[in-house]
Amino acid sequence: MELLSGGEMIMRALKEEGVKMIFGYPGGAVLHIYDALYQQDSVEHILVRHEQAAVHAADGFSRSTGEVGVALVTSGPGATNAITGIATAYMDSIPLVVISGNVPSHLIGSDAFQETDMIGCSRPIVKHSFLVRSIEEIPGVMKKAFHIAKSGRPGPVVVDVPKDMTAPQEKRPFQYPETIKLRSYTPALKGHTGQIRKALDLLLEAKRPVIYAGGGVVLGDAAEELTILSRRFGYPVTNTLMGLGAFPGSDDQFIGMLGMHGFYEANQAMHQADVIFAVGARFDDRVTNNPKKFCPNARIIHIDIDPASIQKTVRHIEVPLVGPVKPVLADMIEMLNQMDIEPDQEALKAWWETINGWREKHGLWTGDRYTRRDQIMPQDVIRVLYEVTNGEAFICSDVGQHQMFAAQYYKYDKPRQWINSGGLGTMGFGLPAAMGVQLAHPERAVAVVTGEGSIQMCIEELSTCTQYNMPVKIINLNNAALGMVKQWQDMQYGGRYAGSTYSDSLPDFVKLAEAYGHIGMKVTDPTHLKTKMEECFSMKDRVVFMDIYVDPEEHVYPMHIPTGSMKDMVLSKTERTK
Amino acid sequence: MRHIISVLMENEPGALSRVVGLFSQRGFNIESLTVAPTEDATLSRLTVTTIGEDGVIEQITKQLNKLIDVVKLVDLTEGDHIERELMLIKIKATGAQRAEVKRTCDIFRGQVVDVAPAMYTVQLTGASEKLDAFIESIGTSAILEVVRSGVSGIARGERVLSV
Ligand SMILES: Cc1ncc(C[n+]2csc(CCOP(=O)(O)OP(=O)(O)O)c2C)c(N)n1
Ligand SMILES: [Mg+2]
Repeated sequence: MELLSGGEMIMRALKEEGVKMIFGYPGGAVLHIYDALYQQDSVEHILVRHEQAAVHAADGFSRSTGEVGVALVTSGPGATNAITGIATAYMDSIPLVVISGNVPSHLIGSDAFQETDMIGCSRPIVKHSFLVRSIEEIPGVMKKAFHIAKSGRPGPVVVDVPKDMTAPQEKRPFQYPETIKLRSYTPALKGHTGQIRKALDLLLEAKRPVIYAGGGVVLGDAAEELTILSRRFGYPVTNTLMGLGAFPGSDDQFIGMLGMHGFYEANQAMHQADVIFAVGARFDDRVTNNPKKFCPNARIIHIDIDPASIQKTVRHIEVPLVGPVKPVLADMIEMLNQMDIEPDQEALKAWWETINGWREKHGLWTGDRYTRRDQIMPQDVIRVLYEVTNGEAFICSDVGQHQMFAAQYYKYDKPRQWINSGGLGTMGFGLPAAMGVQLAHPERAVAVVTGEGSIQMCIEELSTCTQYNMPVKIINLNNAALGMVKQWQDMQYGGRYAGSTYSDSLPDFVKLAEAYGHIGMKVTDPTHLKTKMEECFSMKDRVVFMDIYVDPEEHVYPMHIPTGSMKDMVLSKTERTK
Repeated sequence: MRHIISVLMENEPGALSRVVGLFSQRGFNIESLTVAPTEDATLSRLTVTTIGEDGVIEQITKQLNKLIDVVKLVDLTEGDHIERELMLIKIKATGAQRAEVKRTCDIFRGQVVDVAPAMYTVQLTGASEKLDAFIESIGTSAILEVVRSGVSGIARGERVLSV
């Protein structure tokens, strides 16, 4: 058998797993691994400027491809810097393998230089973790790490490697396991036929149905099945923030995103529904509003790969269905094809009339919600972005008002096109995630929709973009404030802007972009918006930073009224539902 | 309601901290916890007693099952089961008290396992309720020290928890 050092084993394991690219930052504890990396050519390494960005970039790579993202960081501060990235991936169930160095085994526990208990620090935010205890176990550990990360409900796995485990002179036999079996981990591969049948029966009984699809459909590569099944039924479809793109956003059957900043018609339809078909969605508090008042008349079907997601917040689930969404939906389609019963067309027609009525009266561009002023409106920026990119760009968002506008006003027709930190809400996610997306899709347009607050949290990555020629387009919705915070302060704290403004201390983003070797553009005039945006996207091989000054007073609406039900919303600065 | 959840898990370093971490992270309550290896050295048996409404208990079992190290688990309180806890207790005992303590100890089928001029050390096993009752009848003013093992449990009849 071949003899390899631990560092070489790690690189070979990555190769065996089909990994082409990893994101990392070196340091003492991982120098052996970096040396092994240097001496091979199947895995490319992208040097980021901060370990948080390494994990976000691996995460963006994974979200856009479905493959496992890989990050490599050193011990101590390298490991702790990675924590925010790991937590972000954990909350959104993104498959990652994060390899962290640690001090040599004999120093563990001695408060050695750059020692942190990475297994302990990361414990609540990983799907699983491994501390490597012998060189021999590295191939098995790596195999398990990849298997656990990508199977079942995906998630990040940490592999913590003490430095002595990778010493170049310590060679051991290497054989990469072909398969792995874990007696304590056997995620479901299919749904229960009886439950599938019950789900179909209930769906066919519905008079006011809603299909509520979440990130599980995107992660489970089941958008096609969902679309086929939804079209077959003709029922209204709403997507969660994480599920955008699971069903085509420009389709008439799509009634918009639901939840805290969901569309009026989506939230109303959910509340009035008699049957809700939840697919790969987890009844998150940002969706349900008060779970006790959640959809009182609905009989609910819930498909989820994770049994723990079922009945976690909303307890009245009539048909729980544990399994991966793709095969479950495929089985449903097949079973439906064999049944000669159709949905109640008359009831459905009446239901669509009601929904279309809501749409006309309270759609996104109606009422006081959106009034064009003499300034650039953030909603218009997203509309123009949609037009200029033909709805085909990858949109990587940061966190704040701009994120909600990007979720509401861009129409995502394809899964994996919309990339955002929905669960943890990590400001700073957008740019590094976009790097991962761009590297995975060099020919595609990749835009970062961000705010002047968020972009400054990982702005150092502009340098990484230069080094590896990643021509992402940064669409900075500059409202000169932590807009989302300010909105809450307007609505709940009498407009007292504690810590949400910068007193004219913002950098000149155009100069900043230029300092990194990129193109900067400042846009303040609404009439220039479209031409500037076109100019931006015509520079295919350049990073362009569009600093767009938008109306600083604008709020995101609709917005759930706290502690209310799905249908209770503030609709604009002057209107709310009764 | 009080539940006794019995868990079979990989006897790996870090496994226990994942279980304990899960309880604190998700705000689940732990009344007692015991853990030791089984006849199969690769497996540990952990018993946790907890109090919660049905929804909470459902989440506890589901979240425990999700841990990669957890092989199998059972909520013993769902069926007939045997529950035992061991207590070692040092009790002040001088003069007339000595006979009184001894008598109480006999009633509860405890054993005096150590004696000193002014105290007894008593060993008592049984369901937690019985140990509570013993403590109550001795009275806190006479108690010098209490050590309880936490609950262990096993299903009655032929049901077994094994891989
Ligand atoms: C790391 C982090 N810190 C704090 C927050 C809380 N937070 C949510 S939105 C927001 C404001 C974001 O400001 P900006 O990026 O300018 O976006 P805007 O809302 O103005 O569009 C803040 C501070 C967060 N989500 N993430
Ligand atoms: Mg802002």
